Amino acid sequence: MTSKTLQLLTAPLIDNNPITLQILGICSALAVTTSMATALTMSLALTAVLTTASAAISLIRFHLPGSIRLVVQITIIASLVIIADQLLRAYAFEMSERLSVFVGLIVTNCIVLARAETFAMRNPVWPSILDGVGNGLGYGLVLMIVAAIREGLGAGTLFGAQIAPLASEGGWFQPLGLMLLAPSAFFIIGLLIWAIRTGRPALVEPDEFPLRTDPRGDRS
Amino acid sequence: MSNLSPIALWSRFLALPNDSRTKTLGIAFLVALVSATAVSVTSVALKPRQEAHVAALREAKLATMIATLPGLADILRATGAETLETTVVDLAEGTVATGIDPDRYDFLGAQTDPVQTVALTAEQDMAGIGRRPLYAPVFVLRGDEGLALVVLPVYGTGYQSTIRAYLALSADLNSIAGLSIYEQGETPGLGSRITDPAWQALWADRQAVDPSGEVVITVVRGKSTGPAEVDGISGATRSTTGVARLVRFWLGPDGFGPFLSRLRSGEGL
Repeated sequence: MTSKTLQLLTAPLIDNNPITLQILGICSALAVTTSMATALTMSLALTAVLTTASAAISLIRFHLPGSIRLVVQITIIASLVIIADQLLRAYAFEMSERLSVFVGLIVTNCIVLARAETFAMRNPVWPSILDGVGNGLGYGLVLMIVAAIREGLGAGTLFGAQIAPLASEGGWFQPLGLMLLAPSAFFIIGLLIWAIRTGRPALVEPDEFPLRTDPRGDRS
Repeated sequence: MSNLSPIALWSRFLALPNDSRTKTLGIAFLVALVSATAVSVTSVALKPRQEAHVAALREAKLATMIATLPGLADILRATGAETLETTVVDLAEGTVATGIDPDRYDFLGAQTDPVQTVALTAEQDMAGIGRRPLYAPVFVLRGDEGLALVVLPVYGTGYQSTIRAYLALSADLNSIAGLSIYEQGETPGLGSRITDPAWQALWADRQAVDPSGEVVITVVRGKSTGPAEVDGISGATRSTTGVARLVRFWLGPDGFGPFLSRLRSGEGL
């Protein structure tokens, strides 16, 4: 694998991460990260849908009429999401009960449509597949980090296995209830974005509306 | 138009300019066809597996509800009964339908079969089900002093989905021993809170039917004040009243009412 194709796979992990840089897919990142098991299932489902959707759209990109481009993309993505949801219901029933509507909501997840529109429409099939896998992994990475923090601090467990004895059962660990509520995911994702941009200043966008210092002084 | 072989036609179709009307319609049709086929094939192929899961969940819910009912463990121990007896009831007559094998009767299938259902008038149809099956199973637990528990399968329309539940009545057949909702598709986070164990627990020991045989159980806003009232859930008004209406329907004269009054008057099963 050349460094160029490897780049497709690794860039979305941190530098071009769909959640922390493109700020896409936040809704599902809030909803499914209360436990690591749901976050992992969701990441796998999204990666599968994203990869196959990118491959399918890239395959037919020369024959897609411009006027119905988005409709065709959404049709393909929606069908793949239904199939993923049906597979989960048949083979991971309990997990699909816990994820409830959020697997179905992958179709509205901007990551999938964004990769189809910006990458798969302009690139051959193999790079599109790599891009899909890479973005799925980037999404999964953030989800797993957020879920590990939320489940760890909120319930003292990881993947359902107790890692810290709970105070209510005679241990020392007092679970942080806030971590199981949606706002905590915002805080964690915000802190992650801050940490990444502090480490890599190149990712910080220029200020769109910089404050000007008026030479004639403050006129307010 | 010399070469009409499919391959030649196909390559001519692909060679059309992308914004030509034929190609736009053709691509739209082909994408829809492929997508629809893929979705239908998956859905049909996986249906048996999914239904097996739902059925297992239903049985687990019934077992859990029975296990959490107060005093039931004692009754089970006293009678030595392992499980509930299933009987199929003729709803209109209120009698046991002897011609039907309880193990074979497909209640779920009967609900949508025009031959096995009877239409309800708008006034009768409190649960919003349109048609009611002619026969329904009931699950009975017998103790030393006759009936100990009667479990009724009930269903009806909530805010946006069909809610299915098991309703357990105590030995006096007037008070509710427990309610367990095992299937619903209400708004996640709002109406779906009817599945909260804490809310379902509120139904236990409520009076459902008064001594004159009138169904009295209701869901009220705010705090319940009487033995026949259950607190509603704010934000889930339509779903909680939906549950109340379906419970009222199935206990009423168009549901299990005739069967229950026969049981109350001392007629055996």
